[in-house]
Amino acid sequence: MIDWSGYIGLILQGALVTIELTVMGSALALVMAFAAGLGRLSHFLAVRTLATVYIEFFRGTSIFVQLFWVYFVLPFAGVTLTPLQAGVLALGLNVGAYGAEVVRGAVRAIGREQHEACVALNLGRYHRMRHVILPQALPLMLPTFGNNAIELLKGTAVVSLISLTDMTFQAQVVRAQTGSTLIPFATILILYFAMACAISAGVRWLERRGSRGLDGVRV
Amino acid sequence: MPSPIIRIDSITKSYGPLTVLDGLSMDVMPGEKLALIGPSGSGKTTILRILMTLEKINGGHIEVDGDQLYHMQNAGSLVAADERHLQKMREKIGMVFQHFNLFPHKCVLDNITLAPMLTKGVAKAAAEARAMELLDMVGMADKAKSMPAQLSGGQKQRVAIARALALSPKIMLFDEVTSALDPELVEEVLNVMRKLAAETDMTMLLVTHEMGFAHDFADRVLFFDRGKIVEEGKPDDIFRNPRQERTQTFLRKIIAAGHRV
Repeated sequence: MIDWSGYIGLILQGALVTIELTVMGSALALVMAFAAGLGRLSHFLAVRTLATVYIEFFRGTSIFVQLFWVYFVLPFAGVTLTPLQAGVLALGLNVGAYGAEVVRGAVRAIGREQHEACVALNLGRYHRMRHVILPQALPLMLPTFGNNAIELLKGTAVVSLISLTDMTFQAQVVRAQTGSTLIPFATILILYFAMACAISAGVRWLERRGSRGLDGVRV
Repeated sequence: MPSPIIRIDSITKSYGPLTVLDGLSMDVMPGEKLALIGPSGSGKTTILRILMTLEKINGGHIEVDGDQLYHMQNAGSLVAADERHLQKMREKIGMVFQHFNLFPHKCVLDNITLAPMLTKGVAKAAAEARAMELLDMVGMADKAKSMPAQLSGGQKQRVAIARALALSPKIMLFDEVTSALDPELVEEVLNVMRKLAAETDMTMLLVTHEMGFAHDFADRVLFFDRGKIVEEGKPDDIFRNPRQERTQTFLRKIIAAGHRV
């Protein structure tokens, strides 16, 4: 008879790594999404080009390859990262590229009348974005940001390939040691699902808060 | 004789192959109340949008309150205005839109105080006190904390007028401000504008299909067709005794459509 409690404990340790990766990766992705999304709307060609190259490159190559580059190739350029840093960097940059298009789309969705009202009230570009456009665009971004965060959560599994002891990695260790596939993989199935549900619930809560007072305005 | 506050000198405006304004010139005197009437597509709204710097001109010059609107002096020669110059010029002009364009995520009071606080650095308390005065003037003081979505069209437009006034512009542009309203809500907005015309010496340009209101409100009426001023004069002359055939046809159609003159 196998004593499962120790093995489940191992998987739970992995779950903490997965959560850590998801939270930090999402934070980086959010920063990148706004930087590149607003960058694509810039009046400066150089900024627009830089943002576009970033978005297209990171959407157009696989997270798997990106991770290997960050972890195994960057050291040749003198940049050595811990597995956790490499994982956060690769996940954040990858998902941030998708998020950037969400930011751009939501900002573009705010009607021309709002921009014109800002011009008529003599608000400068920064004030326009900060006080008028983004507060209205944010609720439009949230549902897709939720999607992206869940994608990122599931993407964390690839970091097991660079020896980071996340949930999937630990499940494989348990499988190798016990010979049982069902128990460890059923456990992480449930855990991944629970984490995704938590993200969904969090985003729904933010949506409710963010759209307060905007009832009947959303198109 | 004072000099004009707005001097439009042979401006042209086209959208691709479509020429909307072709060498238009006109002057507006300080404090003058001007009504711009004419069929849709005649270019009257375009003039307001150009004055508000929402549309660029393709040629010509505009002078507002002694300064070039779209040009500025640079090393002795006249060059295209940069954003800073445009911001300086916009301080003189306010605009009220057909569709109100209130900020839906901000309450009535914040809609009004936002621009004075951000662009003129007015303190919050002072901005709110001024906003309440203006809301009182447009009869909306009791709705200061309401969200725009909770207001009727007429109420929204009255807030939009107060919002534009909060920046104390010298010139106010009204772009078909009652066209999007239900008929029974038109009068409450017109009343506010009558009051404004009576109590201030602001220069006002009004694009409207409310001929009766234009008649009472304006010092001078301009009839536009196809980007040109076809006829202009005192309201009585234009409405009772139009000389040009195109003006007569237009007014007949408007009356037939049920607008009173």
